[in-house]
Amino acid sequence: MRLQWRTNRVSDTALVRDVALVCLADGIVGVSFGATAVAGGLPWWVPVAMSLLVFAGGSQFAAVGVVLAGGSPIAAVAAGAVLNTRLFPYGLAVADVTSVSGGWARRWGARLLGAQVLTDESTAFALRHTDPARRKAAFWTCGAALFTVWNIAVPLGVLAGSAMRNTAAFGLDATFPAVLLALALPTLTDGRTRVAAIGGAGAAVALTPLLPAGLPVLAALGGLAALWRPKRRPRGEDSRAVSRPIPVRSNR
Amino acid sequence: MMPLLAIVALAAITYGFRLAGPLLADRVAVPAAAQRLFTSAAAVLLVALAATSALTAGHDFAGWARPAGVAAAGLLAARRAPFPVVVLVAASVTALLRLAGIH
Repeated sequence: MRLQWRTNRVSDTALVRDVALVCLADGIVGVSFGATAVAGGLPWWVPVAMSLLVFAGGSQFAAVGVVLAGGSPIAAVAAGAVLNTRLFPYGLAVADVTSVSGGWARRWGARLLGAQVLTDESTAFALRHTDPARRKAAFWTCGAALFTVWNIAVPLGVLAGSAMRNTAAFGLDATFPAVLLALALPTLTDGRTRVAAIGGAGAAVALTPLLPAGLPVLAALGGLAALWRPKRRPRGEDSRAVSRPIPVRSNR
Repeated sequence: MMPLLAIVALAAITYGFRLAGPLLADRVAVPAAAQRLFTSAAAVLLVALAATSALTAGHDFAGWARPAGVAAAGLLAARRAPFPVVVLVAASVTALLRLAGIH
């Protein structure tokens, strides 16, 4: 009994510490998101509304990136939506954490609220545990903390971005692609994805002077053709990539 | 411009992906091939966006300072440097190059 209590206390402290570290990293990314968006000429409410409603950092950066490059809102939504398809398998993997017992309102409340705080980070925190109660604690602590921190950091960034006269002098425009690159690197684990990504990026850059803004990036998805392979190998060989662990790091 | 409608559309699509998993978890299993395709598509998009936003401004070359800052940050990210460090290095390298007259 006592030992159980002790282990729980220790892991609670560890959980709070780890969540705080992830929040700190994401907070800095959030400030940079708010600042770049307004420095690029978007009104203050765009990054603020996106952070509350979309609450998925990678897709927020992607959509704003397309718009700031002069792309159409449709291309921006498409780029953001493709990035967020990953949330579907995440939800399948941690479905249990938003399932609570109780009345109709309580069950649906948890489902609907839990869905909004489903992110790379909260999923990764839930997947670190097998015990149902600890999975729930990890998911909700991380999800709620991140939602709060993100929606404070982005308006702070908006204030900072509006206050700076010459954002180019501070190199703010370089943080944007740097964040995207840092998000992408952990997912470039296998050779074929790397080939697809490099080919797609090369095509997108080459097409930028020719196509309307926003389209070159979507054209990069053609690089996915590099993943196609004739079915000659035995089937079992493919199973290794199925349970790739999601890295616990900032993915906002 | 980013109209409110586009933000609401992206939010609705994103929320749909988020809610579909928990609601369908008992009934479906995503084939491993589809799951890999999701991951790869996200990686391809992120790298393409990083490359175009690092190298181009509008339809033209963005100058040397920005890609240099991004490259320095990318090297650090590849060596698993913490996220805040990556962000700060990108901005500082670009800012210092511009200060030195390299644009």
